[in-house]
Amino acid sequence: MQQRTVLSRPISLAFISPAFILIALFLIYPFFSIFSMSFTNQALTGAAAKNPQYVGLDNYAELLDFDTWMTRGEFGSSILITAQFVLGSALIGQAGLGMSIALLFYRRNDLLRHLVYTLAIIAWITPDVVIGFAWFAFLDPNTGTLNNILGLFGLPAQDWLLKFPMLSIIAFNTWRGTAFSMLLFTSALSAISPSYLETSQVIGASRWQQFRDILLPMLHTTIATDLILITLWTFNTFTPYLLTGGGPGYQTELVSIYTYRIGLQNFEFGRGSAVAVAVMLINLVLASVYLIVSRARKTK
Amino acid sequence: MASLNLTQLRRHFGTVKAVDNIDLAVNDGQFVALLGPSGCGKTTTLRMIAGLELPDSGEIKIGEKPVTHLPPRDRNIAMVFQDYALYPHMTVAENVGYPLKVRNVQAVDIRARVNNVAEQLQINHLLERRPSQLSGGQQQRVALARAVIHKAQITLYDEPLSNLDSKLRLEARAFLKHLQREVGVTSVYVTHDQAEAMALADLIVVMNDGKIMQVGSPKDIYQTPANMFVAGFIGSPPMNLMACTVDAATRTLRFGDNLALQWQHDLPQGAHGQVTFGIRPEYVSIRPAGEPGTLDAKLYVMQMLGSESLIMLHVGNQLVSARLIADDLPELPERVGIALDQKRGFFYGTDGNRLI
Repeated sequence: MQQRTVLSRPISLAFISPAFILIALFLIYPFFSIFSMSFTNQALTGAAAKNPQYVGLDNYAELLDFDTWMTRGEFGSSILITAQFVLGSALIGQAGLGMSIALLFYRRNDLLRHLVYTLAIIAWITPDVVIGFAWFAFLDPNTGTLNNILGLFGLPAQDWLLKFPMLSIIAFNTWRGTAFSMLLFTSALSAISPSYLETSQVIGASRWQQFRDILLPMLHTTIATDLILITLWTFNTFTPYLLTGGGPGYQTELVSIYTYRIGLQNFEFGRGSAVAVAVMLINLVLASVYLIVSRARKTK
Repeated sequence: MASLNLTQLRRHFGTVKAVDNIDLAVNDGQFVALLGPSGCGKTTTLRMIAGLELPDSGEIKIGEKPVTHLPPRDRNIAMVFQDYALYPHMTVAENVGYPLKVRNVQAVDIRARVNNVAEQLQINHLLERRPSQLSGGQQQRVALARAVIHKAQITLYDEPLSNLDSKLRLEARAFLKHLQREVGVTSVYVTHDQAEAMALADLIVVMNDGKIMQVGSPKDIYQTPANMFVAGFIGSPPMNLMACTVDAATRTLRFGDNLALQWQHDLPQGAHGQVTFGIRPEYVSIRPAGEPGTLDAKLYVMQMLGSESLIMLHVGNQLVSARLIADDLPELPERVGIALDQKRGFFYGTDGNRLI
């Protein structure tokens, strides 16, 4: 193939280099340094801080010590908590709710639709810190909005973050991220010619049959894309830390929060690095699935 | 099969009167074409019959049963869309069998009926393919097969041929007519293509601005257009419509200065003063200039259209076309006379309606 370039090679390299240098500095170098650190007992304080020792696979062995790893506050337990969180808030919450809203307002253009979409998008684009504190205020046991609303119906006040920590962060993250799935499904639905559904209506299909036989098969690549992307994002999300700090009693310690605690609160850099490498491997698998699916979609 | 009756059917979108109090009666087994320019309300009418759009007022009856507010699935109809709407994730067989599947017909019976219909529509060799692997003409047949398989009472067509190229369209048109004769189901067919409507329909309904302009057989519509809209819409080129002043007492028609013609027959009631005179181009013939009983005309352009020629002339300041069956363009001087076949002429009053 003949090469046609606008810029000469040296100039094009010059254009690429800033991005390349930044990526090398903040992604590639940390990756290798964390990888090598994960084989040491490096820490911020104590004897190991001055003289880190090479410990081989000890850090990994500790992570995957199957006698203790499902204990609250250990790696296995935080993976399980993260899985529940992903299932509840991303797969069921965001994707389910996003799909429901998209279907509910399919081919509608009224005030209610604009209201719902605007609110969902605002929840999605507002910065984490603002959202975190807003929800903290919303769920406050004494003066929180939610308890006030429940009070109007004569229902008892709850300390949500203490009594239902997992449910609270699942509700929070569903609320926070539904807009993405909603917008993705809305645009996928709007790309489907209305005559497909109208034909099925004339043919005599019930609403459920229309959904199962027509919409679902036509949306399945969009659904796969959506599920993988939000799984990836939710898996790495850290914002629930603002609500529960991973507690009470490690009940909501997602793997991102666990990594943070080991590495940056306990300052056990070696162990923290091993956790980070493990998390990265999981991410790598998820991202590969995403790439395979999206490539299959393109070639179809 | 069933008859179809629309009574005072109305649907407005804001200030737009898409369908404005129309009445229509379609007999059992009739093939009706709704014909008109875009925005005339024909598609809205069809969608109301289908139940995809609800009327503001009026009544729709299929057979003896009022269906005005029933959902589409309770009307026992079939519909073919312009884009065919074949489901890309289903094979041809699954597409054709889908109307039976939603009715919980057993798989064995579906298979048998699909094979049957596929044979009839000559698509049996395509049954295992996906719609994306079919040509436009084949897709169209699959859509037809899906429409005929569940023996609906009425079949609705929304411009089903307009996505085909012109050669295929002629083929599909003939096939559709053949199928219609075989199946004999009551059909409503929306099109903006008059040739299609003429070729297919038993009854043509010409619509404009949400109103029915004329209902009649293709022959009626062509030969005796009820108003100036139909006269100017049907025919290619359409009917010549010339402003004309009639003196009923002397039976003289004036088309301008020094352009008078003696009318040989009885004038219709009300043909006096300012009227519009209509005559089809094939009934305008060209004569030597100055011949008695002709109007003076000046040659404008001549167009050779294959088996016929279209001659356009100025009569005073009005443009008139004449159609000649000839292999070649005639040699004509710049000034000629035109003669009108008076038995074929019509008078339209100031309200646009034909004077009888």
